[in-house]
Amino acid sequence: MTCEEARILVHALADGELDAGHAREVEAHVAQCEACAAELAAAREMKQALRAAPLGFAVPASLSAKIDRVVPAPMPVTNRRALLKGFAFGGVASALAAASVGLVILRESQDDRILGEAISAHLRSLQADHLTDVLSTDQHTVKPWFNGRIDLAPPVIDLTAQGFTLIGGRLDYIDGKPAAALVYRRRVHVINLFVAQGLGEAPSTPRLTMMQGFNLLRWNENGLNMLAVSDLNRDELEEFGAKFSAAARAAAQS
Amino acid sequence: MTAPLRMAPSGGSPPGAMRTQETTGVVFVADDERGRAQRFREAALPHLGDVYTLARYLLRNPADAEDAAQECYLRAFRHFHTFRGGPIKPWLLAILRNVCRAEYARRGALAAVQVDGVEHAADEVAENVWGEASPSPEAVSLSRFDAETVQRLIAQLPDAFREVLVLREINDLSYREIAEVTGTPVGTVMSRLARARGLLRDAWLAEEKGS
Repeated sequence: MTCEEARILVHALADGELDAGHAREVEAHVAQCEACAAELAAAREMKQALRAAPLGFAVPASLSAKIDRVVPAPMPVTNRRALLKGFAFGGVASALAAASVGLVILRESQDDRILGEAISAHLRSLQADHLTDVLSTDQHTVKPWFNGRIDLAPPVIDLTAQGFTLIGGRLDYIDGKPAAALVYRRRVHVINLFVAQGLGEAPSTPRLTMMQGFNLLRWNENGLNMLAVSDLNRDELEEFGAKFSAAARAAAQS
Repeated sequence: MTAPLRMAPSGGSPPGAMRTQETTGVVFVADDERGRAQRFREAALPHLGDVYTLARYLLRNPADAEDAAQECYLRAFRHFHTFRGGPIKPWLLAILRNVCRAEYARRGALAAVQVDGVEHAADEVAENVWGEASPSPEAVSLSRFDAETVQRLIAQLPDAFREVLVLREINDLSYREIAEVTGTPVGTVMSRLARARGLLRDAWLAEEKGS
């Protein structure tokens, strides 16, 4: 292998793009060539330096709104009308079925409203200057900030080591109730974690829902409703929920 | 916008779809259109942050980036039936890149000449990345800058290098996906990325001296 080849391939090595055979060849070259070793070290250092800062740009709320106009979200009203139509034209059996459906409709619509408000709060927060009231990556700064501002003590967990950077906190309102919003960042994606009481469903382990193209994760943490909203993909949001929950429980026990 | 009746949903149609087809065509179109919008939103909206971020780096202007991202989603939705499955992010970013290139052209002949110049320079560099004169990187460690500074340093890289660097380090694409998005061979992606990191390192060290 020539240095000319190796100097390009060390970047593929640093990126984890080489198969085992080529990786061994490049490593063997690097072991005996100082210049190429320096190139590899520089590539790795650059990658690390870039990972340290959030280099993505937050999506402006105006853009999300424009895209909603281009690709409208399906109206939940239409579904409800279809179900009611089933009620009107159905026989006895379907009337019974529809009666239970009616309960589902009522519960879902209250739940949909809470989720809808959480998404609106998330979108509002992405507008400039609305993301955080307290800007800090330190959980010991963010947690006390909520004292006296809200009648609950949200668990504030630093998950930087797990790839979710705490960037601050904010006071928000969902369903007319004050909610503590903890703001995390994963690459270009912002996660708003709302902590409040009486926000409807709260399963003991995080459960994922999708609405208006956003992923939402809900669970119960020591009697508090946790509701995470993000445009992050579902796997990573579930990872966030699992890690947060595990860390919060560990902190509560210590 | 109406969907053509012959359009077969690629990603597995719901079991009820055949029955609906037996009723009136109007219902079918409406249902299909609504299902298509829903499927598109679920697949494409989670990547809006990546699309907008790439647009910001390519166009270096928030207003143009917003327009380009919107145009990208409009085109993607219109051509969603041509999407053949697999990861959708590279497909969206390829559309965004085309939109941005159209924007370069719109910005006038001068800009277009610059783009050509950079493409040409990039090809030359790809063939001869390190001549005799190019020194190996000195062993100095990079100081930490805030995000805005790093964003500015990346934004100053020439187009062909900036796009591969952003696609790799910020959009998190594999070499193969970057090749797909940029329409270049994987070897070119690799050499441009190597060069991009070298240029960024130079700019980084210069910034350290200046600040």
